[in-house]
Amino acid sequence: MHPAYSVILFTTASGAGYGLMFWLSVAYALGLTPNSPFVLFVAMALALLLITIGLISSTLHLGRPERAMGAFSQWRSSWLSREGVAAIATYMPSGLLALLWLIGVESSLTIPLAILSAVGAVITVYCTGMIYASLRTIRQWYLGLVPANYLALAAATGALLLGFLLAAFGYAPAWTATVSLLGLAVAAALKVHYWQTIDADLGQYTVEMATGLGHLGRVKPLDPPHTRPNFVMREMGYEVARKHTEKLRRLVVAFLFAAPGLSMLLLLTVGGWGATLFFLLAIVCASVGILTERWLFFAEARHVSMLFYGSARA
Amino acid sequence: MTSLPENTGKKLGLVIDLDICVGCHACATSCKEWNTGGYSAPLSDHDPYGADPSGAWLNRIHSYEVGEGPGSKTVHFPRSCLHCEEPDCVTVCPTGASYKRAEDGIVLVNPDTCIGCKLCSWACPYGAREYDFDDGVMKKCTLCVDRIYNETIPEEDRVPACVRACPTGARAFGDLGDPSSAVSQSVAARGGFNLLEEFGYKPVNKYLPPRTGASDLDPAIVTQPERIPKPDGSAVERLFAWADQALSR
Repeated sequence: MHPAYSVILFTTASGAGYGLMFWLSVAYALGLTPNSPFVLFVAMALALLLITIGLISSTLHLGRPERAMGAFSQWRSSWLSREGVAAIATYMPSGLLALLWLIGVESSLTIPLAILSAVGAVITVYCTGMIYASLRTIRQWYLGLVPANYLALAAATGALLLGFLLAAFGYAPAWTATVSLLGLAVAAALKVHYWQTIDADLGQYTVEMATGLGHLGRVKPLDPPHTRPNFVMREMGYEVARKHTEKLRRLVVAFLFAAPGLSMLLLLTVGGWGATLFFLLAIVCASVGILTERWLFFAEARHVSMLFYGSARA
Repeated sequence: MTSLPENTGKKLGLVIDLDICVGCHACATSCKEWNTGGYSAPLSDHDPYGADPSGAWLNRIHSYEVGEGPGSKTVHFPRSCLHCEEPDCVTVCPTGASYKRAEDGIVLVNPDTCIGCKLCSWACPYGAREYDFDDGVMKKCTLCVDRIYNETIPEEDRVPACVRACPTGARAFGDLGDPSSAVSQSVAARGGFNLLEEFGYKPVNKYLPPRTGASDLDPAIVTQPERIPKPDGSAVERLFAWADQALSR
């Protein structure tokens, strides 16, 4: 599948934003955050900024962005529509919470709003994953592991962002590094399991099944319908070479999981000293890693329709 | 609404006979000609006369070689939307622009509400939907919805443009939900089949398989190699060699 840069930016930026929103809200509800409404406001504002950048970016790949409002209507059947509804619904408690923190009002509403924000963040990221996981045409996506991957990576990147922000404001609770480390470990385990799963499945559909001509023998393309690639071939036929796949997977392991994980381990070992730097290093590495991971998620996906164009299995 | 209808009154669709299709692409060009001015207008092209032409077409004709050796066949294979009974291209649509009509089962895109997110094309295993980069919306076979019910055109033209254009009669149009219709009967008689049946979208369009048996060549005949006679130095050969030399002077 063709990796659209707008969709890569959307899923990674909004994923990290929702992860940050989730940990911030949970930590606040549990009383683990510093007693400074301004710091909490900055953290929530950063989460909302990342989410908004992501959502705006996602409209860039639309042919008719001016009609995007229509996408909220079909939540009964469409995961894309559900994601839009969930994203808008999550703005309400999180936006209100950010506002209350900004003006520094003590309110009994903040805890319920934080819980709603955390729940909304989880539901929205789950919906993002399900947009892909609901497509039967792409076996690398039609897996329960896909939304699990999206959730775990959002949690890991969001935890790093929260740890960085708290450290930058002079608070460096050890739990932020621990949560980041755990998030990275879970995300790494799920991603490796995902790669093993897609590698083990050679695809159940063949060109003989696609054309219904298998009873006559092997089916080979003779003449293509057109002289140059069409939309379907460019959109669904994008493939990354096997040798590049392996290199890029190693790059993901190194930058998205190993380097940030090591950074967190070092931070936990040496204590609070230099926490901002350790988190910053982890975030820079993880950014490179997650952009590569998301690019690979698309480039490794094989679409069934390519059977008609000469792909042997899908 | 992108939820699918419980059941459709009719199941209008095409039956494509792979035995007699000659791969002339007349159905594809006729489709393009009608639809670039009809319901789907425009069907944009880019660089159509240049080195890298591309564009939105609703019907594509592949040619496959099937089987090996003397018994192998060239099978021409038109491919377009199959107007499936349970397609995800409809349910994944976030806006309701992609829909299946309850009255006749035709799957359509509303060009006024489509946002061009392309998700429906990702959900189609048949590669039947093509995005129009100029129009910013998805295009697909409409079963010529603007011909088949059109009382302003002669009755014989009230079939999809591809069916009207086919010079060999390899394409037929009708109600596949009615077992007594001509299309349903030809499907029953010839063993018509679904593409990628295992996928489970329940296509309405059917394909008739290439015939096998009597028309196939006898493998014993076609495996005889062509014999090219070698020069044997006979009088006739020497005469022609002399004539060639004499005339070359």
